[in-house]
Amino acid sequence: MSGSPAAADTWRALVPQIEQLAQATGLRYDPVDFESVPETFMMEISVYGLPVRMPHWSFGVRYISRLIQHRMGHSKLFEVVFPGNPGHAYLAAGNSLAENVLVTAHVLGHADFSSNNMLFRSSQSQVGPNIVERAATHAHQIAMAIEEHGAKRVEAVLDAALALEQHIDVNQRVRRPRYPETAPKKPGPPDEFRRRFAALDPDPPREAAAEPQRPRVPPHPERDLLWFIANYAPDLEGWERDVFLAVREESFYFYPVFATQIMNEGWASYWHARLLREASFLPSEAYVDAIKCHSDVVRPLATGEQVALAVNPYHVGFSMWEKIVERDGLEGARRIMREDDDFSFIRNHLTPELATELQLFRFGAERDGSVSVLDSDLPKLHDALLAPKYNFGAPSIAATRIHVDGTLELLHDHQTDGRGLDPERATRVLEYIHRVWRRPVKLTTVNTSGGGLQLCVPAGS
Amino acid sequence: MANSQGSALSGWYDLFSRGARDWLRHNEKVAESVRKSLPEIVAGADVLSGGARTVRVPVRFLEHYHFQLRSPERREGVGEGDAQPGDRIGPPDAGRKPGKGEGGRDQGGLEFMLEFQVDDIVDWLWEEMKLPNLQARVGKAEETDWMREGWDRRGARSRLDRRRSFRESIKRRGSQPDGPAFTDEDLRFRQLTRREQPATQAVVFLVMDVSGSMTDDDRKLAKSFFFWAVQGLRRQYRHLDTVFVAHTTEAWEFDEAQFFEVRGSGGTVASTGFAKVREIVAERFDPSRYNVYLFYASDGDNATSDRPDAERGLTEIAAYSNYLGYLEVTASTSRALATETGELFQRLARAGRPTASFAVRKLEEIWDAVRHFFQHQAKAVG
Repeated sequence: MSGSPAAADTWRALVPQIEQLAQATGLRYDPVDFESVPETFMMEISVYGLPVRMPHWSFGVRYISRLIQHRMGHSKLFEVVFPGNPGHAYLAAGNSLAENVLVTAHVLGHADFSSNNMLFRSSQSQVGPNIVERAATHAHQIAMAIEEHGAKRVEAVLDAALALEQHIDVNQRVRRPRYPETAPKKPGPPDEFRRRFAALDPDPPREAAAEPQRPRVPPHPERDLLWFIANYAPDLEGWERDVFLAVREESFYFYPVFATQIMNEGWASYWHARLLREASFLPSEAYVDAIKCHSDVVRPLATGEQVALAVNPYHVGFSMWEKIVERDGLEGARRIMREDDDFSFIRNHLTPELATELQLFRFGAERDGSVSVLDSDLPKLHDALLAPKYNFGAPSIAATRIHVDGTLELLHDHQTDGRGLDPERATRVLEYIHRVWRRPVKLTTVNTSGGGLQLCVPAGS
Repeated sequence: MANSQGSALSGWYDLFSRGARDWLRHNEKVAESVRKSLPEIVAGADVLSGGARTVRVPVRFLEHYHFQLRSPERREGVGEGDAQPGDRIGPPDAGRKPGKGEGGRDQGGLEFMLEFQVDDIVDWLWEEMKLPNLQARVGKAEETDWMREGWDRRGARSRLDRRRSFRESIKRRGSQPDGPAFTDEDLRFRQLTRREQPATQAVVFLVMDVSGSMTDDDRKLAKSFFFWAVQGLRRQYRHLDTVFVAHTTEAWEFDEAQFFEVRGSGGTVASTGFAKVREIVAERFDPSRYNVYLFYASDGDNATSDRPDAERGLTEIAAYSNYLGYLEVTASTSRALATETGELFQRLARAGRPTASFAVRKLEEIWDAVRHFFQHQAKAVG
């Protein structure tokens, strides 16, 4: 029962029934367009993160790596879904009927999540309900830039912008104004005291505070590097600024997906399992196959493995939601779904009982490849699970100063991150930045022994 | 919300691939960066056999750099499964990912082969090394070729010039407005004639000492050098003949494939090789029509008794050659070119013959040798 045309027709006929059931069970979501696409296209959209996106050679590398993994049989993509209004769900043309049924229910779970979860709603209210079209507009804009300025120049800008794609400040707005140009004038309307004070001296000295002063840029360490460079690079051209802002806007769109992965995949898995159980209209054969497919998706370990040195977010999320629904009821679970992200979700709802049941443990992998199991201490488990998610998964780096000659100073917060940056890679990134900043770029981090380490591009500047 | 356009559109998706487009751009970038280190990479590449016109070079995926923390002494993570504190587990992902790579966005370890055209490589190298083009000594040699020349009213159909014929028809109808569209009189055919053309042709003699003292490594050095030297000559000459001569105490002509496999034993009598070259020149390559080049590779040992014969033979070749090059493959630096053969070539150079010598010890030095010879050659002749 692989992706034959007949199976595709059967599936399409089932979609409205699955949706009806989902809505009757309490899912509330913006409409979703389903589309069945060839597997190569699936692979592309998963690599690019969006159905139409700007060209860059690094996507080519990821695409080929994915293709190799796929050929070696390591990965199968059933679906890729883009939240929005309408949402877009792409299903692999090679899916069997059972897989498509499962995936449809799964997609509806995602749609419910992204239509209600706070992070998604805030991102969509700013980026707009249709990121897929926005991204296509960006891609078009970049194609025009390539025509006008040449592929090399556009690539240099994308090298820098995409290298910094995680370096946004998610607490800021997508459309963020520049810093105030002048410090607010201190003196308000002349009051009684001021009038009498001025009368004491016929030629009062000008008050320094009254002068409009250029405030320091940035006024505070600025972690929104894409925004900062777009707005304050000394010689950035208009189109280069647009490229930076396009990449930044897409990052705001990607952030909720990144910051709710465990919750979101768990929620979708919970709902595909539940909708399958309640879907009396399914052909029985499809039902059995779909359940089998479900248990493949949410199982923690590959066949024949005793332990896995990674957690399967589908499995952890799914198990947590089952427990939460059992404990708080559907309405309670929906409230958590609306308000949490992975950080609060894991800290509040991954309980000691559940951690034991899921057999979670913390391990340490030495450089020689040997691995030892450390403990199953809950707060430490929470931290270890969430560590890769802080700050959009990137080291915390802030712009701290622009010198008179235009030199940009960046500072790595090594205390938060626990160790210094990889200096070779960091220097390469500074080289990317230097090509758009067009003035020296410096970065301070620490070396292996904890001493200060300053990297400069061009070297020695 | 099912949308029935899906299947109709699927044909369209196959028409282009962004992934493939960006992958090609990545490969271009790799080629650009490889170009910079090309000399080291291709010096040892196995390119000669079978007259291959491409070189396959193993390259790594380029990394798009991001800010990243140093890799920690010990990476911590969370796993699932039946394990107790203190348990030791095999290396992570053993057998799944070859090589290093800590996961994440690290693509480390992945290698692929990139194919380069030999002609492109030679162009890049010559550009990179700022090597001059060679000066032909003999440019007078003529060659005949068929050229288009004029038109006729008769000819083979295949040579009918439609444009010209139309023009004739229009001209004719200007005076006879009611005449037929075409008559036989309108037709024009292109004519061909044999014409003599100046041509530059050349022959290069690659002479190698294959006596017992020449090791496999020595021969490999000579082989790489010969390959690139010949490519350089090919840039200049439309017709380049290559002649392979190997000698020990006697000399033979070989074809390319055998030449580098030949392994002799015993002593070295270089004059036999030079005599063989003279013999072949006399038979097949008239020096008044050919530019003659000779490259001789040896470890420098030659029988002292052969000194007069070798010098005489080489002097005679030098008289009608554009250029003689001597490549000494040697293990020691101190002795370099201070050998029997090295001194032979130096005496020739002092006598004003167009010749140069260079000693190489390892593959990386091949380019120094190529540069040396080509720059020197341009001076010697130009």
